[in-house]
Amino acid sequence: MKAIVTVIGKDHVGIIAAVCALLSGYDVNILNISQSILQEYFVMVMLVDLTNCQSSVVELGEKLDKAGQERGLSIRIQREDIFNAMHRI
Amino acid sequence: MLSQNEIMQTIQMIDQQHLDVRTITMGISLLSCAHSDAETACGKIYDKITRYAEKLVSTGEAIEKEFGIPIVNKRISVTPIALVAAAAEAEDYVPFARTLDRAAKACGVDFIGGFSALVQKGMTDADRKLIASIPQALAETDIVCSSVNVGSTKAGIDMDAVAIMGRIIKELAARTADRGGFGCAKLVVFCNAVEDNPFMAGAFHGVGEPERVINVGVSGPGVVHYALQSVKGQPFDVVAETIKKTAFRITRMGQLVAQEASRRLDTPFGIVDLSLAPTPAVGDSVARILEEMGLEVCGTHGTTAALALLNDAVKKGGVMASSSVGGLSGAFIPVSEDEGMIAAASSGALTLDKLEAMTCVCSVGLDMIVVPGDTGAETISAIIADEAAIGMVNAKTTAVRVIPAPGRKVGDMVEFGGLLGSGPVQAVHPFSSRDFVTRGGRIPAPMQSLKN
Repeated sequence: MKAIVTVIGKDHVGIIAAVCALLSGYDVNILNISQSILQEYFVMVMLVDLTNCQSSVVELGEKLDKAGQERGLSIRIQREDIFNAMHRI
Repeated sequence: MLSQNEIMQTIQMIDQQHLDVRTITMGISLLSCAHSDAETACGKIYDKITRYAEKLVSTGEAIEKEFGIPIVNKRISVTPIALVAAAAEAEDYVPFARTLDRAAKACGVDFIGGFSALVQKGMTDADRKLIASIPQALAETDIVCSSVNVGSTKAGIDMDAVAIMGRIIKELAARTADRGGFGCAKLVVFCNAVEDNPFMAGAFHGVGEPERVINVGVSGPGVVHYALQSVKGQPFDVVAETIKKTAFRITRMGQLVAQEASRRLDTPFGIVDLSLAPTPAVGDSVARILEEMGLEVCGTHGTTAALALLNDAVKKGGVMASSSVGGLSGAFIPVSEDEGMIAAASSGALTLDKLEAMTCVCSVGLDMIVVPGDTGAETISAIIADEAAIGMVNAKTTAVRVIPAPGRKVGDMVEFGGLLGSGPVQAVHPFSSRDFVTRGGRIPAPMQSLKN
């Protein structure tokens, strides 16, 4: 299953490293990353593959949320389907 | 590959524009629970609801987390209880309402709808008993919702039932006077009620429906409002296109959630109801959409036209996005549940008469309107008759959910809390409709009914 990870918050050093480290700890493969700074805000969107991930999306979501809160970021993971449904016919 | 912009657009809709799935509603047929002994029937009802809907809430919560889309309510709708209870040798149907309340609470859902009767062409003994039980039933239970269908395009309007419902609404208000007549917020009087509506208080599981079914209601007035802010001053063609595109996206999301819920619960998918259902939160208002089209305040001249465009564009956008669109689908205009409507009604711009005109083109009817506590039962019946006539002639669903708040006068605010919000008490006409309502009988079906 594929999912989208979004990271939004005030920019600081080490955001990408921390998120990638967390994801690799759960055997989540990163397929694509797009990242930019919008009005001082760090915005990153990742397409990830959960095929080998042992945890459920819900559990992973809780871990990411907790990690995000510690760094003052909003990190979430959502199944890719929801975006495809809304933006692709 | 999805672009960052597309992904962020969805995230913003959820975070800032209140996009949500308003409800996953499981419809359950209770026809198999009919029994001559009321207690046995209630036992069967409890068992069936708790068996079928056992995993409804946990499944809804799991989908919510996996997709990252809020699912605000999980609800149950059941076969109109007047049909199920008809076999029982009982004079009073309050125990059926208590059973529904207990079963719904055991499942953890927010509401259960279906303490209902369909009497558009006349009342059976069971229908009369159910209607007579409504005030006590809704006053004593917490999450049971009730509806009575008093008219249809095919059958005309049952004016005996209309007269009774005025009195029932007054009695229910009196029984819940300590909460501003709150009980009336759980009771809807319909014309052309639909059998697959997932929204409360009017949801019930029609007799033409399968054993059980999943219906999903999506919402998103905030998303439409936001989209319209980018086309300021442009012609209505552009406005309609913008609303259609937005409604399409919202409905696709609802369709995905509905299919997922249907699969996980091993329950057939029924319909997606694409209704713009407002909440009292700022930025989640239908009135503000109408104002965005260029009206100073919702309720002024032009409001009906703006609402007609909105209602139609929402349907057109949504219809291609779902394999099956149903329910009420369109724009709701409840007063107390919509921040912009509350403001418009408080300022005097939005009157009951204008709301009635708006119901000719919205998806339902006069909804969550607080009227003075001394409003007579006949006046309420006459309001119902007017609304039913609009529905009957235009072959659309109309409804009345008014709250005659005991002891309250025009200008007072009545708090209901939560999604039900708070409503300013609105004026009704002081002139009597008593002789009109007491005639009784039936208003015949209009020419529109003769389609065969």
